[in-house]
Amino acid sequence: MRRLWRWLIPLAVLPVLVLLAYGFRMSPRDIPSPLLDKPAPTFALTTLEGAPLMLAAHRGKVVVLNFWASWCYPGCYEEAPILEKNWRAYRERGVVVLGVAIQDKREAAEKFVRDFGLTFPNAQDLTGTVSVDFGVYGVPETFFLDRQGRIRVKHVSAVTDVVFRETVERLLAETGAR
Amino acid sequence: MRAALRLLVAAVVAAAIASASAQSKAVSEETVHEVAVQLRCVVCQNLSVADSPSEMAGQMRAIIRERLAAGESPDAVQRYFVQRYGEWILLSPPRRGFNLLVWLLPLVAVAAGLAIVAILIARWTRRARGAAEPVVVDAAMSERIRREVERGS
Amino acid sequence: MTADVGFGMTVVALVLAVYGGVAAALGARTGRSALVESAQHAALGIFTLVTACFALLTYAFLTFDFSIRYVASNTNLGTPFYYRITGVWGALEGSIILWSWMLALYTLILIVRHREGARELYPWALATMLGILAFFLLVMTVAASPFQRQLPVPADGRGLNPLLEDTGMITHPVALYLGFTGFTVPFAFAMAALAAGRVGDTWLVLTRRWTIVAWYFLSLGLLIGGWWSYHVLGWGGYWAWDPVENAAFMPWLTGTAFLHSVMIQERRRILKLWNIVLVILTFGLTLFGTFLTRSGVIASVHAFTQGSIGALFLGFLALVMLTALGLVAWRWDALRSQGNLDSVVSRESAFLLNNVLLVAAAFTVFFGTVFPLLSEALRGVKVSVGAPFFNQVNVPLFLSLIFLMGVGPLIAWRRASLENLKRNFLWPVVLGVVAAAIAFALGVRSALAALTFATTVFVAATITVDIVRATRARLRVGERLFPAVGGLLRRHNRRYGGFVVHLGILIIALGVTGSHAWSVQTETTLRRGETAELAGYRLRFDGLSAAEESNHFKVVGAFTVTNSRALGVLRPAKKFYPQEQAPIAYVDYRLGLKEDLYLVLGDFARDGSQATIKVQVNRLVSWIWIGGVVLTLGALLAILPERRASA
Repeated sequence: MRRLWRWLIPLAVLPVLVLLAYGFRMSPRDIPSPLLDKPAPTFALTTLEGAPLMLAAHRGKVVVLNFWASWCYPGCYEEAPILEKNWRAYRERGVVVLGVAIQDKREAAEKFVRDFGLTFPNAQDLTGTVSVDFGVYGVPETFFLDRQGRIRVKHVSAVTDVVFRETVERLLAETGAR
Repeated sequence: MRAALRLLVAAVVAAAIASASAQSKAVSEETVHEVAVQLRCVVCQNLSVADSPSEMAGQMRAIIRERLAAGESPDAVQRYFVQRYGEWILLSPPRRGFNLLVWLLPLVAVAAGLAIVAILIARWTRRARGAAEPVVVDAAMSERIRREVERGS
Repeated sequence: MTADVGFGMTVVALVLAVYGGVAAALGARTGRSALVESAQHAALGIFTLVTACFALLTYAFLTFDFSIRYVASNTNLGTPFYYRITGVWGALEGSIILWSWMLALYTLILIVRHREGARELYPWALATMLGILAFFLLVMTVAASPFQRQLPVPADGRGLNPLLEDTGMITHPVALYLGFTGFTVPFAFAMAALAAGRVGDTWLVLTRRWTIVAWYFLSLGLLIGGWWSYHVLGWGGYWAWDPVENAAFMPWLTGTAFLHSVMIQERRRILKLWNIVLVILTFGLTLFGTFLTRSGVIASVHAFTQGSIGALFLGFLALVMLTALGLVAWRWDALRSQGNLDSVVSRESAFLLNNVLLVAAAFTVFFGTVFPLLSEALRGVKVSVGAPFFNQVNVPLFLSLIFLMGVGPLIAWRRASLENLKRNFLWPVVLGVVAAAIAFALGVRSALAALTFATTVFVAATITVDIVRATRARLRVGERLFPAVGGLLRRHNRRYGGFVVHLGILIIALGVTGSHAWSVQTETTLRRGETAELAGYRLRFDGLSAAEESNHFKVVGAFTVTNSRALGVLRPAKKFYPQEQAPIAYVDYRLGLKEDLYLVLGDFARDGSQATIKVQVNRLVSWIWIGGVVLTLGALLAILPERRASA
């Protein structure tokens, strides 16, 4: 029996190997947001056209808040047309898409909006306060807010058509306060 | 005498107030650094907000500066970030609950190592002492040895 | 064409490695030397092929062959000539081919040095080396081929990662890999010892010099990495406890422990089991390091890429560790030693303590590095373990190690008498206490800094005492001073080489302590003409200028520096590379013995009217690099061939 204790030595490495193997299933960049189901922070910015952009003004609608940057390739480039398309499809149904550009130069941001023909309001977060307030750590990131102004879904990386429509439909279907 | 004493007290108090208010401006940059060095820069992985040259870190430092200047305590500023990013944003896991494991296990490892070495040393010195038992030479034996040596030389 | 030839050569090399490994193992088992010789020829063939692959790849880089994906990802038409050569090992695929080339080279050296001397062990060691080579060649063929095609052929490449456009790029990976792969050889001999059942001292004595050389290159690689981080990455530090930095540091820690504990085994025939386990751990940690860098499992600034390569490395790591430790369990009885120590207070005890502290430090670094993974796996909560943790937990360990560095070499083997202790340590202890008092008088209030300073003086004094006493003995016999010291160092080159290395580590420790305890920094926004002040330096912002370089666009800030006299102009910059998403900070600095002035350019206004800068005054950092030079001299002294003096 005593002879068997020595085999503990090679067996001791197994837990470590298992842990490392588990690591493959996780993405180190996927950080869960502690803001889910909490009221979204308010902000007051100015759009690239000069109009005020206040989150509070859109209470009562489903809000799709998208953080982007012109240098964020390929993610923001992939999702911009999707956002625009769905904005046009849903704007009559009480959904609003808002874009916030972070760490960007004004001309670059304006060019991005022009190139993709974005018609939803886009503002620059010059100081980074809004992005930090929302716990943004990279672009693109999109927050889906319900009609009561709570953050319900945080989507990291480019938004796909399916994600947009499913989430928005789900939030639209909700009635009253939760 | 009493007047002098009162003057002295007043002077000390004034100096304290003056230095305190002078400090509150000068301390700011250092305090910003102290808070920033505990937070993880979210874009560059493993660098602190204080160290990172990235734009995001610069903006975060500005936010820290603003909040400290507005009167928030360093702890409150830290809590602000943790509320938005989770425990992950602290560069050092808070010493609570499960995280105690990472703080304590190294100590346990050192203690265990020292204990093992102590046991081994004790065992090995005991064995050496046991093996090196001095040979007991009795009087008759020494007499014989002496005679042999004299005969030999 | 090039790609196909290159790929073909890789496949042939892989086949040769598998064949050679099997042949050498069979030859070892059956004693048929013809098989072993055949394996030797295979090794020569592999080396030739891998060298040719390397040359081919370099040729592809130099001729802008963008039909090869690796070339297209790492250069573009604007990449300067020398970076086109060093860029060959600038990313994943190139790093694997560099590793394989070094393994092949070391295998050849092993063959030349040991085929005559170690009849029993040599064939098994050769088999192990070829087996490990086979794995890396497999990775090169299957998962990370540098010769993959890129179709359609792009008109221009992406370009080298701008952070790699630096002299550190030429030396850091080369030194580091020479260290990593260097530890393969002691490991191979340990495996040979286990396989052949010859678990005595033979394998240790054979690999002594290999261990020192590997340890030295690993140390050099770490130091150059620190230097590179300091002057390129723009954050003013040289060590961030990044997971990949840790991955290189862990084998260094266990390798240092190994280097010391073999000395006990050589003298007292104990710790056989421990030494074999240590070398297996060290080699395993080098594999773990390459796994971390390439699997993306733990986020890091260094992480190359994700994909199947991570799984391959994990699989190999599992195979190596289970096999090696399984062999240890198999040979357990032969490895148990009759432990025998004369006294608790002896050099053996000091070495044992050294091992405990080093391995405990390695464990701390390891656990801290994988803890985020553990936390997420068990709790689902992501946490970070960064510099504050590692510094807090490791500093006491390192301080104790430094203290041991002073005690160990001077305490007697076997049994230290009170007389011996008094003779060797009275002066150093006194000087250490005096040093602490001086530090306190000079205004040092950090207990840790004063303690480090005192310990450093203590250790330096022990070294001095030893050399002075030994030299005096020689002088008494009639030798002159310089020949006496020179002869002393040469005759006992291992001992004094070790002393000089210790001295080097001390100097590094001094630099590290200084930079942590006394550095200051500030961040401020200046308008043109405004001045910032820090630690006696005044910096005036003179304005911005822009320049177009061959592969990037640069914005430079000019800052005139004065303290009591004019110190010139510093020009930190921000470089904008088309292939990079964010600009790269290009720092400017003034290095000095006492302190470095370090400037990073942050945000700036387009019209050059204002700029934000981060200013740092880092104290004593240059001593870290100086310590590295001293370390080099010590290592060189230590590996000189032993002088069997007849007189």
